[in-house]
Amino acid sequence: MTMLKMDRRSFVIGSATVGAGLALGLKIPFGPDVVRAEDGSPEVNAWVVIRPDDTVVIRVARSEMGQGTITGLAQMVAEELECDWSKVTTEYPTPGQSVKRKRVWGDFSTGGSRGIRTSHEYVRKGGATARVMLVQAAADQWKVPASECTVANSVITHKPSGRTTTYGKVAEAAAKITPPANVALKDPKEWKLIGKSVKRLDTLPKVTGAQVYGADLKLPGMLTAAIKDCPVFGGKVQSFEAAKVSGMPGVKHVLKVGESAVTVVADTWWQAKVALDALPIVWDEGPNAKVSSADIAKMLEAGLTADQAFVGNSNGDVKAGLASAAKKIEATYAYPFQNHAPMEPMNATAKYTPDKCEVWVPTQNGEAAFAATTAASGLPADKCEVYKINLGGGFGRRGAFHDYVTQAVLIAKQIPGTPVKLLWSREEDMMHGKYHPVMQAKLTGGLDASGNLTALQFRLSGQSIIAAVFPQNLQNGRDFLTFQGLHPSGDFGFGYTVPNLMIDHAMRNTHVPPGFWRGVNINQNAIFLECFMDELALAAGQDPLAFRRKLMANHPKHLAVLNAVADRVGWGKPAPQGVHRGLAQMMSFGSYVAACAEVSVTGGDKIKVQRIVAAIDTGYTVNPAQVERQMAGSFVYGLSALFMEECTVKNGRIEQTNFPAYDSMRIAQMPKVEAIVMPSGGFWGGVGEPTICVAAPAVLNAYAAATGKRVRTFPLKNHGITLV
Amino acid sequence: MRLTVNGKSHEVNVDPATPLLWAIREHVGLTGTKYGCGVKVCGACTVHLDGKPVRSCVIPSSAAVGRQVTTIEGLAAGGALHKVQKAWVDNEVPQCGYCQSGMIMAVAALLKDKPKPTDADIDATITNICRCGTFQQVREAIHAAAKA
Ligand code: FES
Ligand code: FES
Repeated sequence: MTMLKMDRRSFVIGSATVGAGLALGLKIPFGPDVVRAEDGSPEVNAWVVIRPDDTVVIRVARSEMGQGTITGLAQMVAEELECDWSKVTTEYPTPGQSVKRKRVWGDFSTGGSRGIRTSHEYVRKGGATARVMLVQAAADQWKVPASECTVANSVITHKPSGRTTTYGKVAEAAAKITPPANVALKDPKEWKLIGKSVKRLDTLPKVTGAQVYGADLKLPGMLTAAIKDCPVFGGKVQSFEAAKVSGMPGVKHVLKVGESAVTVVADTWWQAKVALDALPIVWDEGPNAKVSSADIAKMLEAGLTADQAFVGNSNGDVKAGLASAAKKIEATYAYPFQNHAPMEPMNATAKYTPDKCEVWVPTQNGEAAFAATTAASGLPADKCEVYKINLGGGFGRRGAFHDYVTQAVLIAKQIPGTPVKLLWSREEDMMHGKYHPVMQAKLTGGLDASGNLTALQFRLSGQSIIAAVFPQNLQNGRDFLTFQGLHPSGDFGFGYTVPNLMIDHAMRNTHVPPGFWRGVNINQNAIFLECFMDELALAAGQDPLAFRRKLMANHPKHLAVLNAVADRVGWGKPAPQGVHRGLAQMMSFGSYVAACAEVSVTGGDKIKVQRIVAAIDTGYTVNPAQVERQMAGSFVYGLSALFMEECTVKNGRIEQTNFPAYDSMRIAQMPKVEAIVMPSGGFWGGVGEPTICVAAPAVLNAYAAATGKRVRTFPLKNHGITLV
Repeated sequence: MRLTVNGKSHEVNVDPATPLLWAIREHVGLTGTKYGCGVKVCGACTVHLDGKPVRSCVIPSSAAVGRQVTTIEGLAAGGALHKVQKAWVDNEVPQCGYCQSGMIMAVAALLKDKPKPTDADIDATITNICRCGTFQQVREAIHAAAKA
């Protein structure tokens, strides 16, 4: 349990509030051993600060971007702490403090639906350890054995004598106690807070306008920057005529940023943007200046039949299986580039002096933002700090990538001592994304005389995110993440047993940078696999549910969620007049998910999604109400992508520069979502991403059921099909 | 120029062509009103101008002179949450929350116009983008606010 090895030197932690980090390093003269929060309250341990008024401040290293993680993680700590939930508040530790304290809070990364599923044990231990110390402190004061004391709702009671005290009263003493080496965690049956739909902790400021996002940050003496990076990925700045705009209102600086970008820094962002738009810039567009979507598609197409490919999952002999099949079915699919387009465009604020570089940024990964800060500033880690600000959406764009932090620091370095807030325009955000990878797939299935699937060949051809972002994680060149949902086992396990199977990937990388986009590769894999399953069932003359069930006997948890949605909609019984149904299931980020979509189609191309019934088995569920919201929200993101979203490439650059050329679902198009949260216990699956992948294939299968038409390239707008 | 925002008059030194959004955010200093697209599509910048919802990213500041601008910060009257804000809290609508200022302002205007909106009224009027996908809760909360 390295997490709780405490470093007892005196530290002061900045709260999550804006500018609070400025108080860092302030040493407050209390006892020699106690680590203190900014307001002087004692830290019982790294996870828990208790104020004299019994307020419990729970530290959360992961980032809140709307998914509810600060509430969920606080529930986990509070469950073991036995504190009064109504007095719980949270704060972010800073990455700089984490470095100094040997990563006492573990991983900051908030992507891959891992906030809870990869930290459930150590955060609960953090709460349990603090509880033991608090009880011990009370027992010491009363000079009784701790074993005679009980605790509930932040009140410690010594039963034999009837004495009581509260956490706030003993926190100071508890903070001086040596933490126990081992603490026992509750049996899940005893949970009171975990599994309960307690209210989110962060709602109120989000309805009053008080919540401060990165784009809203204000610092004394701050200037504001607008930026343009070379529109062609990989290009450079050749020249720009600063003199043409340097006299415009508010303009303070016109600067080159790295090799490829130009910024205007002004009193206000609007002034900066107006001047930047007027600034003549000549780009050296580099070797990709002529690349188009058609070129990329052609390259991927060649991969579909290439000899060389990385194997992701295989068994039996697929060639022999197909050769002996009574019937062979083949289909080719294609999935486009897509932008994350979080509502809040990319931004970061930086202040640089040769002694200190500070960055304020909405980030999914404070440690990665910190690494970008140290790299761009050239300063050692102990002279850098990052303060996490609330995110206006992340969806993966703000996790592994901190290009905007690098830019902000490079600008601030040119204006030492002045804080600079860099805010991207929506256009910049659209043109400089880290796009959902482009992928094609060719699937060939073999059916025997009774319509059983005996062989499946599944070739992916397209981009590897890992090759672009974490090449050190390739396995002899293979990107295992490409096969999400298709793995032989694990968090993305394939849910079917096929006697002869070959799933492989011909890696075809492009100059368009790929990134982790909510759900990542499972989005296209679920469409390819689950639509093709329906194609096979149709060819076999079988019901799609019955056809799947035959292949799922060895995958009971996959089957359970599929059965749950089928039962709920009454699969097999007639649907309401004009309504058609489609199914999909997948294992995704450690959770089992399934959906049934009910659609009606008018005029052959106007789809109304009447209802989506979806089930998720996360193993353990922390907050069911928030899980339901993530499910419904994921369908908005996933169906927007299916119907409307594509980033096309022309002359090396992205063509869509704003909404609605790159569109997103509105309330009128929102289906009724019925969520079935069915935790079966024993494991911890993700929540934020898993369900996104089943919406699209379920709707596509329902559309095919309604019209007999199978669409295999996306988005649907390219076929004149709209969501109404 | 002089802008009246949430009942308070502000003297702002701003170019008349500057969009009202940026005058509110950078000159008046109220940042609850958000920038999402700048081209009148997403609705994140929605404020009320003389009680009517407008997308402030495409309205020149000069057009607001002599008129009443209401932002999300001015919606709660006398410290009490507006019924839409209250319904938003009760139904836990926000996820990231970035779109919600504009969403709430659009809904508050809808309810003033149609105190008991139907689903069709909602579909026709509320066209704000929410990338987190809170629409199911938005719809429930609108109906809850209408009953309040
Ligand atoms: S910012 Fe005004 S409509 Fe998007
Ligand atoms: S709540 Fe995040 S964009 Fe709407």
